[in-house]
Amino acid sequence: MVNQAAIMDQDAIRRALMRIAHEVVEKNRGVGGLVLVGIRRRGVPLARRIAENLAQIEGTEPPVGSLDIGLYRDDVGRRPWTPVAASQIPVSVEGKVVVLVDDVLYTGRTVRAALDAITEWGRPAAIQLAVLIDRGHRELPIRADYVGKNVPTARREEVLVQLREVDGLDQVVLVKPEGSDQVEEKR
Amino acid sequence: MEDFLGIAELGTKTLQDLLDTAESMAEVLTRRVKKVPTLRGRSVANVFFEPSTRTRNAFELAAKYLSADVVNFTGGGSSLEKGETVWDTVRTLEALGVDAVVVRHRTSGVPEAMARQLDIPVINAGDGEHEHPTQALLDLLTVRQRFGHIAGLTVAIVGDVLHSRVARSDLYGFSALGARVILAGPPSLVPEDLAEPPVRVTWSLEEALAEADVIQVLRIQRERQQEGYIPSLQEYRARWGITRERLAQAKPHALILHPGPQNRGVEIDSDVVDGSQSAILRQVQNGVAVRMAVLYRLLGGEPE
Repeated sequence: MVNQAAIMDQDAIRRALMRIAHEVVEKNRGVGGLVLVGIRRRGVPLARRIAENLAQIEGTEPPVGSLDIGLYRDDVGRRPWTPVAASQIPVSVEGKVVVLVDDVLYTGRTVRAALDAITEWGRPAAIQLAVLIDRGHRELPIRADYVGKNVPTARREEVLVQLREVDGLDQVVLVKPEGSDQVEEKR
Repeated sequence: MEDFLGIAELGTKTLQDLLDTAESMAEVLTRRVKKVPTLRGRSVANVFFEPSTRTRNAFELAAKYLSADVVNFTGGGSSLEKGETVWDTVRTLEALGVDAVVVRHRTSGVPEAMARQLDIPVINAGDGEHEHPTQALLDLLTVRQRFGHIAGLTVAIVGDVLHSRVARSDLYGFSALGARVILAGPPSLVPEDLAEPPVRVTWSLEEALAEADVIQVLRIQRERQQEGYIPSLQEYRARWGITRERLAQAKPHALILHPGPQNRGVEIDSDVVDGSQSAILRQVQNGVAVRMAVLYRLLGGEPE
């Protein structure tokens, strides 16, 4: 049997993304020179929502791009083949502050690939990272600048982020396989 | 997918996946730095027993843009020209330890036979009169980019269908994705029993042009004259050549494709090749993107 525990509902996601938008404005003193880049797939709608929040707060909406990291993974040839999608960044990232957006930060390997991918588009002044969920278990020295919610997890658990643009509803659930109640170190 | 030997054996889903992937590879080609690290440390051997410039170059660039290393076994002084057999070549490739082989041969079935001998992926770059699957992929991609879809379109393949591996691969690919295919040419090159319904055979160029959204113009080999398939190149042009006047009878949006290299003034006129309805240069660009997609598809997954 599989247990699911709700971690965030629609309102919690909305509030977290609004808080992240405020933190982005505070840290960057506005939205000038900012480009939001969502990591496909669910990072893209999250980046759009943060951009809309920034427009509400500051009156200007920063450009939003999408990034597919399939060609930059460090495990190409070691896992089943997956199709890649075209990346699209509407403006030059040269000299800009790029805020990478993803749904879940876990091992950090996706973000590492995204860092490689983004630098092919130019040399940003800085790259920051925003994630809806940080579930721990990093395998690389990577941390997020903005976090919606920290969720301690076991490796065998799965964090499922669902967004209305992709999945038809907004929620985050923790999926625990059977027998995962037994003691396992949570990070 | 372990090898890439022909369009006929691919499912619709695999075809769609390859086209979607090729679309993202086409995006990489628009960048200033056209290189991604995906296949770093892997090597690809281009083994061309039959001469080819554009297909080989496109495969070589595709591998290099994916950061793979490339080694070429081609005519012009290589061991292939000194009479090395296919089987010696296979053993050489195994010994060299390459990760994939791209092969072209004038005999149908050689890539498949090599695939049976080799544990590494084999990609068919054209075998005899059998298939030229990456050409079909680039034709499909070019058409999909222009029309946004393939299903429901009418595709006319005009010329020496009988001897054309391009025609065969196109026929399978466009049919699989829901297009109607018309084969058009003189009876000697498009015999009535060449295809079964719903594929249509016509000996009337006018009929094919009137209905086509896409016109694939096949190259006419000069040898066909000596072999008696056509009376002369001049007569072929008069009856089957795509001229500006003939194109004017087609639909205004009809797209002109040609697998290249063109015999200008024979199967197609210069002002059609260079005209606004021609997608021939786009085909060449897409040739690199689809070959990147195939290499990524074969080498980018864990061995099955």
